[in-house]
Amino acid sequence: MWQSSFWQSSFWKNLVRWFHKWTSPKWFYNLSRPLGAWIGWLALLILVVSLVWGLAFAPIERLQGNSYRIIFIHVPAAFLSQAIYAAIAALGLIGLVWRIKLAFYLAKQSVPIGASMAFLALVTGAIWGKPTWGAWWVWDARLTSMLVLLFLYLGLWALHNAMERPESGDRAAAILALVGVVNLPIIKFSVEWWNTLHQPATLKFTEAPPMHISMLIPFLLAILGFYLAAVAWALKRTRLEILQRERRTQWARDELDRLGGNV
Amino acid sequence: MKLSRLFTRVLQRELQLAYRRRADLANPPLFFLIVVALFPLGVTPDLERLATMAAGVLWVAALLANLLSLDLLFRSDHEDGSLEQLLLASSPPTLIVLGKALAHWLVTGLPLTLMSPLLAMMLALSPAAMPLLMLSLALGTVTLSLVGGIGAALTVGLRQGGLLLTLLIMPLFVPVLIFGTAVVQAAGAGLPWSGQLALLAAMAVLALVSAPLATVAALRIAVEE
Repeated sequence: MWQSSFWQSSFWKNLVRWFHKWTSPKWFYNLSRPLGAWIGWLALLILVVSLVWGLAFAPIERLQGNSYRIIFIHVPAAFLSQAIYAAIAALGLIGLVWRIKLAFYLAKQSVPIGASMAFLALVTGAIWGKPTWGAWWVWDARLTSMLVLLFLYLGLWALHNAMERPESGDRAAAILALVGVVNLPIIKFSVEWWNTLHQPATLKFTEAPPMHISMLIPFLLAILGFYLAAVAWALKRTRLEILQRERRTQWARDELDRLGGNV
Repeated sequence: MKLSRLFTRVLQRELQLAYRRRADLANPPLFFLIVVALFPLGVTPDLERLATMAAGVLWVAALLANLLSLDLLFRSDHEDGSLEQLLLASSPPTLIVLGKALAHWLVTGLPLTLMSPLLAMMLALSPAAMPLLMLSLALGTVTLSLVGGIGAALTVGLRQGGLLLTLLIMPLFVPVLIFGTAVVQAAGAGLPWSGQLALLAAMAVLALVSAPLATVAALRIAVEE
């Protein structure tokens, strides 16, 4: 009996209403503005602290010397590029199943962020590879799967832009993202099997991290900062996407007038 | 209509259409031949060195040849409106898509497979690897036709679909390429190859059951566009 009373409780109803409000573009636009600003400033603060700490004050690594410091940028970017792809696929599924426009907007505007993270991971990986492996680029499993991931991102973006109706682009890209997410483990596994040179993952959930605490703290902070920055960036881009896609509605026109655009 | 009969009808129609456009039919094998012939010219005429890279060259060339013909998979159906009819019909569209993909394999993957021993000989691939090359190409091109069908469906309504198609599905072809060449290389080196071949077959089966669903969903968007 407690169950039915829970589903009818005002708490649950308010929660559902609150959730539904977030899926409305107008509400999202208004609510995400202060939220995005807070997250953005917090991200900036954490990033500055962690990067200054990591790049200037963390101790030198025994084997790799100072060159290891790029880990503070490389690993967060690599983490994010994969997490964002998973988020895009999940948002695409939500959009396709429940027909929530906002999920599509967010998914679309996450694509350039994910692509830039994949690109950043590749570039920092190349810079790190030169002193460690003696070559800018090696055909190692992780590098290759990151390159493939970048191609997947570029494909998503190209598909969005190729469709005449943005709604078609949303749905087509969602299907492609879902197909890609099924394929990503296969790609990852197959390239790993094919060739691997990369050091194993630094952070694992199942083991204590093999890093000294003085490196680990700025490292974890950098990861947190990157995540927050990506969220703030995605909110910003999504707000602009909302304005563009909803430009025919009255509230969006008012908002554009307020911003001073001559649309 | 019974499903098996529907399937054979679709297959018949597709093969007949392919036969009527014989010039298109010749393109993938010709492309395969030309790309393979360019490698000795560009890299080295030394047969020993060619033999070491033969598996990769043959697989990459076959993959590109396959890609070349994918763009046409749904194009004419979309242009003359029969695609809409196929999707509106009461018969399951996944079966129709499956029939089209199989027909595509019969006119592209199969000829490429049958041609491959000849080209493998020109690249001095070890004779022991020859049957495995054919088997891996036959299995791998099934996956390529099915997965490529998703990309073809996503880009069918677009004017510059060809280039976009390449960008969309090339990443998805990576595992097929890796295991396809791995089978041939292992067989050439006298190593066990059954594991790689089994993975290739597993990918074909996965594509067989899941790719038509995504293809149909993509075609519905193309029809609405």
